[in-house]
Amino acid sequence: MREKLEELQVEALQKVDDASDAKELQDVRVAYLGKKGPITEVLRGMGKLSKEERPVIGELANKVREKIAQAIEQKKTVFEAQEIEKKLAEETIDVTLPGRPAPSGGPHLLTSIVEEIEDIFIGMGFEVREGPEVETDYYNFEALNLPKGHPARDMQDSFYITEELLLRTHTSPVQARTMNAIGGNKPVKMICPGKVYRRDTDDATHSHQFTQIEGLYVDKNVRMSDLKGVLDRFAKKVFGEDREIRLRPSYFPFTEPSVEMDISCKVCHGEGCNVCKQTGWIEILGGGMVHPRVLEMAGYDPKVYSGFAFGMGPERIAMLKYGVNDIRHFYTNDVRFLNQYHKA
Amino acid sequence: MLVSLNWLKQYVDIDGISPEELAEKITKSGIEVDGMERFASPSTNVVVGYVESCEKHPDADKLNVCQVNTGEETLQIICGAPNVKQGQKVAVAKPGAVLPGNFKIKKVKLRGIESNGMICSLQELGIDEKYVPKESADGIYVFHADAEIGADVTPLLNLDDYILELDLTPNRSDALSMLGMAYEVAAILDVPVKLPEPSYEETVEKATDLISVKVEAKEENPYYAAFVIKNVTIGPSPLWMRNYLMASGIRPINNVVDITNYVLLEYGQPLHAFDLDKFSSDEVVVRKAKENETLVTLDGQERKLNTEHLVITDGKDPVALAGVMGGQSTEVSEETTNVLLEAAYFEGQIVRRASKEFDLRSESSTRFEKGVDPNRVRLAGERACQLLSEYANGSVLAGNAEFDQLDKTEKTVTIETSRINNRLGTEISEEEIIDILRKLQFNYEKTDGEIIVHAPTRRQDIRIFEDMVEEVARIYGYDHLPYTLPTGEGNAGGLTKEQELKRYVKRFLEGAGLSETVTYSLTSEARSEQLISPDVKNVAVSKVKLAMPMSEDHGVLRLSLLPEMLDSASYNIARKQTNIAMYEIGSVFISNEEKVTKQPKENLRLSGVLTGEWVTHPWQQEKKKVDFFVVKGILDELFERLNVNVTYTATKIENMHPGRTAELSINNKVIGFAGQLHPLLEKEYDLNETYVFDIDYDYLVDIHENEPSFSDIPRYPGITRDIALVVEHTIQSGDIQRVIQNAGGDILQSIRVFDVYQGEHLEETKKSMAFSLFYQDPEHTLTDKEVEESYERILEAVKNEFNAELRS
Ligand SMILES: [Zn+2]
Repeated sequence: MREKLEELQVEALQKVDDASDAKELQDVRVAYLGKKGPITEVLRGMGKLSKEERPVIGELANKVREKIAQAIEQKKTVFEAQEIEKKLAEETIDVTLPGRPAPSGGPHLLTSIVEEIEDIFIGMGFEVREGPEVETDYYNFEALNLPKGHPARDMQDSFYITEELLLRTHTSPVQARTMNAIGGNKPVKMICPGKVYRRDTDDATHSHQFTQIEGLYVDKNVRMSDLKGVLDRFAKKVFGEDREIRLRPSYFPFTEPSVEMDISCKVCHGEGCNVCKQTGWIEILGGGMVHPRVLEMAGYDPKVYSGFAFGMGPERIAMLKYGVNDIRHFYTNDVRFLNQYHKA
Repeated sequence: MLVSLNWLKQYVDIDGISPEELAEKITKSGIEVDGMERFASPSTNVVVGYVESCEKHPDADKLNVCQVNTGEETLQIICGAPNVKQGQKVAVAKPGAVLPGNFKIKKVKLRGIESNGMICSLQELGIDEKYVPKESADGIYVFHADAEIGADVTPLLNLDDYILELDLTPNRSDALSMLGMAYEVAAILDVPVKLPEPSYEETVEKATDLISVKVEAKEENPYYAAFVIKNVTIGPSPLWMRNYLMASGIRPINNVVDITNYVLLEYGQPLHAFDLDKFSSDEVVVRKAKENETLVTLDGQERKLNTEHLVITDGKDPVALAGVMGGQSTEVSEETTNVLLEAAYFEGQIVRRASKEFDLRSESSTRFEKGVDPNRVRLAGERACQLLSEYANGSVLAGNAEFDQLDKTEKTVTIETSRINNRLGTEISEEEIIDILRKLQFNYEKTDGEIIVHAPTRRQDIRIFEDMVEEVARIYGYDHLPYTLPTGEGNAGGLTKEQELKRYVKRFLEGAGLSETVTYSLTSEARSEQLISPDVKNVAVSKVKLAMPMSEDHGVLRLSLLPEMLDSASYNIARKQTNIAMYEIGSVFISNEEKVTKQPKENLRLSGVLTGEWVTHPWQQEKKKVDFFVVKGILDELFERLNVNVTYTATKIENMHPGRTAELSINNKVIGFAGQLHPLLEKEYDLNETYVFDIDYDYLVDIHENEPSFSDIPRYPGITRDIALVVEHTIQSGDIQRVIQNAGGDILQSIRVFDVYQGEHLEETKKSMAFSLFYQDPEHTLTDKEVEESYERILEAVKNEFNAELRS
């Protein structure tokens, strides 16, 4: 019987080996391990054996059985793997075909640049304040040391609605309003972004509507060197650490001393080129130390408080930063323009 | 202001510095040099020549053959200018000369006759035609008889001059004069200033013998001096003066006019010359004009005057509009022999009003508007008298007829070294500050710890401490200020909750596929009527309009963002960008007054425009056009995130599709609308099927709950039941859902429409709607019985309410 079992094992293993698909393998299983299979038969005939032989043969028969079962199992795994392979092969796709487009919205370039600038100043402890676009003559001009008939009002030719109401020509009225609201006894550190309007004919460099961000810091002992330091940080963050700033004396009715800030030319690094009109510098913004009349009118004692203020045009900043060549692009909303700035 | 460097050299030594360097230094000290140009181009080999003979060319009518003595040699030159004559002294470009435009002069033959050079016009030497004196405009330039033969014309005609173009700020009126610029440059370079010292012989006869001055408008005209110059000879002014005028952008006319212009540029003081013989009285009276009085000004225009205008009169009629323009009746002409010269101080405001009203901005009015130096008014008159006696052979009558109430004192400003340093963040010593005052030529007194500065009257801009801070800083150099950061307590900085929310909403909409636009707030009258949301229309009593719009397109403040956004959409579609999904957050301007007197309410709106294809993925046959439900889906997700409950109600709004428009409301308060444009409006904007929305953004922000409260994740399972109802097709799903919700009870958590069907197997007027109902109870696992009871209640309710039947 021992020989018979060993013979069966060889025979079965060969058949397992020969099986070419899952069905044949199943046939082998039924043939050798089934209830009517030869091994079962051998086990049934064990009654004829001696007491000593019975466990030995029994054990052998189980071993053979196990071995065959194991071989079948192994072969089955191989067949299953092949089966999956085959199925997956059939599922192959062309990965080079285009994907389904995801929604592709994004912010306007002006929003991006304004938020970038806001975040830089927030990082330096500034708040963001907003105010009305239709202003009173008082807040737009008078509170900023521009009484009626002042020649500098011509610098900002304006859209009047009535004699006392106009579209704001800058966002400085927000500063005056904020200082008034705070009441003259606490520091103010704010920037105010917003839309402003001036009587300009729309062309490549002028727009009757544009954006401004003005900043104001009023406290005890604010120095002009603080303005220089803050603007230098701002310029380097927006335009890059390798850029230098230069302040030049200027004139604004609401600041004294007043400054105009230039930034070193990106193209020529100060050597002079067409972009910077051969000067090596590009004008970026204006500012200065808050005029004592402005402080006074807002309820701050100019003997105790001093401050600096500055104002810039985000369109201009964006034009310089990204090389936009026409301010009208910001208001035409050509999607081919808008989409360029939806990228990270 | 144009500054000729050759002229400037007459007052201040700038020889050691290049024009570029000088321009840079001036800019960095506070007066912006906007440009620097050569006046002409210096030419070599161009000299003064004497025309010894001039004969017609035998073979050309319009050409002359000239023999021109250039000192070293006599050249035969063919000249086509009509004004060339024997005996003239002219500018001769010799062979080898290079004229502007790289025009090289060579020996040539013209119709068989040799020509060895060219006789030049001023234009050919590079002088801008608009500054060339009229008598020289159409031909060659002719020098005065005493010009030296053979002399280089470059210095004679000032061809090597550099011109600085200044972009002056309104405060620096002092720089509107050559003397003012001389002081400025002297301070920057630390060199002395040489001032002209007017002196001339006076006749025994006195000005007051011939004329008297009476000023009635004393406030507007605190100073008036009338000089009288007799027996002037009108003719050309000297070449050097004409050179400087041309370099300063003024065309020379004749000696009298040129001298007043020259002094205006030199001293910054406008003067006016009257023909004394045309003066119908011996009295100058300065007064306000009378209502409806008229004056014909030099330009031939009749000006209608009123009591806001200041005029110079002969005691009866106006002869000049003070500080703006003279009158034609007393104009200096070729025949003038006796001149009345006015040197006056007119207040800026009144000059400004007149020059603006009549659109007569001039070199004079600009200077009066900005304020002239009180101490230079009479001086400028004397300077002009000197030049008139020298260059117009005039006899200056002694003294002048004068009215004088002008404050000519210097203002004082007290400064302290420590205060200046505190303001600037510097450590400038007192010695340095005093040295700066010396450079600026400001007088001062030193007292204990203080310096009292006497601001010269030429510097009207220096009034207060801060003005002196700027003076010190700009001469010290802004470049030398240190970089510091604020040391104060300040505040924390950051965005408010509302500002953060706005960024959130924008990012959400962008993530949902919308692009942000920025459009103009000013729109046209016609567009301002379109697509106004019902909630705005209810409160806007009148439109906010500009008093004087620049164009019809931008005259009215918008009540809706949509018209200008549609314009943007249309612009894109015309450029083949047909899939548009845009949004904007911006203000509309709502006035509740019939006639606007107060600031309008500025209401932030959230608006959107969508048209074209929403999804396009052709190779997988996926394609979806924008429709109402695309828009609604985006808005609903936004409302969900803002935690607001918005109801849609079908409505009709002008310019909107009557069957595809919804009014949006929160707790019965209308907050906006959404829907398809009316096809007629689509046509007006050249758009295809287009959907829009407009929502009161401010209100959304107001009612949105800022801090979402935590609600526990449900622990017990839920149960879903579907229900399909057949109803009349006019019944709206929103109404059914409301009834279902009310009948379903608390355990009914949500209702979702999953099918709408109309057509085969249904009666013609019916439709079927299928809802998926989700039941859940936070406290326990629901029993079938509980759900069944709710379901039965729902069935009964929809049957009662809508006559709805269960679809089998
Ligand atoms: Zn450059």
